[in-house]
Amino acid sequence: MAKDDLLGASLWDAYSDKVTTLMNNPQHQGEITPEEAESHGNKLIVADFGAESCGDAVRLYWEIDPKTDKIVNSKFKSFGCGTAIASSDVMTELCIGKTVQEAVKITNIDVEFALRDEPDTPAVPPQKMHCSVMAYDVIKKAAGLYLGVNEESFEEEIIVCECARVSLGTIQEVIKLNDLKTVEEITDYTKAGGFCKSCIKPGGHEDREYYLVDILADTRREMDEEKMKAAADAQAEGAGNFEEMTLVQQIKAVDAVIDENVRQFLIMDGGNMEIIDIKKDEDNIDIYIRYIGACNGCASSATGTLYAIESTLKEKLSKKIRVLPI
Amino acid sequence: MQVYLDNNATTMCDPQVVEVMQPFFSELYGNPGSLHKYGTATHPYLKKAIDQVYTAINASDEDDVIFTSCATESNNWVLKSVFNDLIVNGEKDHIITTEVEHPSVLSTCRWLEEQGVKVTYLPVNEEGIVEAHTVKSFITDKTALVSVMWANNETGMISPIKEIGEICKEKGILFHSDGVQAVGKIPVDLQDVHIDFVSMSAHKFHGPKGIGALYIKNSQALSPLLHGGEQMGERRSGTLNVPYIVGMGKAIELATTDLEEKTAAIRVKRDRLEDALLKLSDTFVVGSRERRTPNTILISIRGVEGEGMLWDLNNSMIGASTGSACASEGLEANSVMLAIGADNELAHTGIRLSLSRFTTDEEIDYTIEQFKKAVTRLRAISSSFAKVQPTVGGEAGECHIPHHMAH
Ligand SMILES: Cc1ncc(COP(=O)(O)O)c(C=O)c1O
Ligand code: FES
Repeated sequence: MAKDDLLGASLWDAYSDKVTTLMNNPQHQGEITPEEAESHGNKLIVADFGAESCGDAVRLYWEIDPKTDKIVNSKFKSFGCGTAIASSDVMTELCIGKTVQEAVKITNIDVEFALRDEPDTPAVPPQKMHCSVMAYDVIKKAAGLYLGVNEESFEEEIIVCECARVSLGTIQEVIKLNDLKTVEEITDYTKAGGFCKSCIKPGGHEDREYYLVDILADTRREMDEEKMKAAADAQAEGAGNFEEMTLVQQIKAVDAVIDENVRQFLIMDGGNMEIIDIKKDEDNIDIYIRYIGACNGCASSATGTLYAIESTLKEKLSKKIRVLPI
Repeated sequence: MQVYLDNNATTMCDPQVVEVMQPFFSELYGNPGSLHKYGTATHPYLKKAIDQVYTAINASDEDDVIFTSCATESNNWVLKSVFNDLIVNGEKDHIITTEVEHPSVLSTCRWLEEQGVKVTYLPVNEEGIVEAHTVKSFITDKTALVSVMWANNETGMISPIKEIGEICKEKGILFHSDGVQAVGKIPVDLQDVHIDFVSMSAHKFHGPKGIGALYIKNSQALSPLLHGGEQMGERRSGTLNVPYIVGMGKAIELATTDLEEKTAAIRVKRDRLEDALLKLSDTFVVGSRERRTPNTILISIRGVEGEGMLWDLNNSMIGASTGSACASEGLEANSVMLAIGADNELAHTGIRLSLSRFTTDEEIDYTIEQFKKAVTRLRAISSSFAKVQPTVGGEAGECHIPHHMAH
């Protein structure tokens, strides 16, 4: 909030001239009949997206040359506001002349871009960005129908913010890399959530599977857990700290060192060992172990092997360590 | 031709009102609180304005009508001061209101909830009216206040104020009504109904913006919202807005004298417009005409989205309003539309047309013609009226869920 926001935005003034012109006079509004497509030897695909009860709906018509997969003609019908109609119109225009495979690559960002008067000025105010999303959805649906595949298959990643087309992976990554703590920061970094705001939290313009607030909370939790684990690992490895650890931490740390450096050799020889107890006083940390299997009674278990275990633990954890087999 | 049909949002200030306000800017500009003649010279005019307001709403001399800056202030004042007086400094903990109140009541109630108050938002019937027995059934001995608007700004539907007043009186509970859309449109007789507090706003009845009032029955206690120079009998501080008070007095007088005749003339035009629009197929209007303010139509036009319709009307120089989510800053559907339900359609296709005593027959004719033209054009584009059906598998469900949710 500041001086410029005092009056609130004037919705219609923020529309580009192209949006206004196309709303007043859409170029590709209409229908293609099956007869018409057939008479050209072409295939007709008609796909719906949205419904009147949701506030916007679009029906897309594609007349496709089956030999080349090229969309030779396209029309639309739309229930929606001015930007929805203008977006549908531009989407239709962008489809014509492309193959179905090329058309699937058209995104809502392309549609919005095509509606701009100047490359750097958005065609619609932020909350209206969402109107172009439907254009993208209906294209995928039509392509799925034509190619006989599930429309999901065109989507390589999970898109959390449809307006800005930002994926789950990207959002998680920026949170981690930049240590982001608020949704506003996510919006600043990625633009996600900066438009219709549906993707920020439940209760917005439309229901979504992922919300930025949840992703932020989950990722932060993950980061915290990673941090704790890293701290624990550092503790386990840092010899200086070994003496200050709790008993449980010490047992775990010893186990980790044995796992990494010793156990495989014992197992190779058909044996193993376990930690029984740890006793400490001023000068010594006594680790009581028991040999299992082949090691039990093996000659070197009291000499060479024991020496190897003890020196490894001394090196990795603490000079005060003595290993006592029982 | 240009036609203003958004009189529930605000009205044109009647030129007669502007005229009576004129002297109080640069001639009679004294502060009414001053002892000198500059100040006292305004008193006769203020007295007259006060009389005009008391007469218009039939307030008794025992009652207070306090000028405020707007109805939003009046609504805030009642809710926040009842909270202070009976909840913070009393035994009560509960306020009853409805789902269809103006944001100046709803948002204040949400804020009160954050302060720990229990708030009941009463549902409305399919006409958008809260029924008196519903109010009754939610009253407890902890209820501090019932706040139910007199007439609704979106639908024009009139609440059963008299019955609710009787219920509150019998139970000894304070009753507030947001009377903004009632004053000047339907009879408001405060001797006939039992209401403790009524909010009003001048710009809804051809007065200036930025002036309103709160009626307080029997001058009863209600701690002030604005503290300061103790104007208005210490009830509301702030130097009296002399020109606007004078203007409000004139405006309310003009709006309420011969109310029956004036509103009958508006009603005839409204009904003619409504009849003509209802001749279009697949349309419906919310609420029966008898229970509606005489100037309001809330019509749903299937297949035509509200903002698109407003756009076309605007191109024809007709000003109307929509509750459509697409036309709002935050893409939120209007809470009144959602409360009425009507299959969500209203939230996307509702157009509100609100007339005034300045609306002419020619304007109605022009509106009918332009409205039909817009509906024809937009339905020609609309997918709801498309003939060629989707390819098998290409149909959409009732309300679209995000595409990756389908699996
Ligand atoms: C029912 C209702 N209450 C309150 C208000 C607020 O009035 P004001 O603009 O004077 O604050 C309005 C007008 O927008 C209204 O229609
Ligand atoms: S989905 Fe619209 S802002 Fe993210």
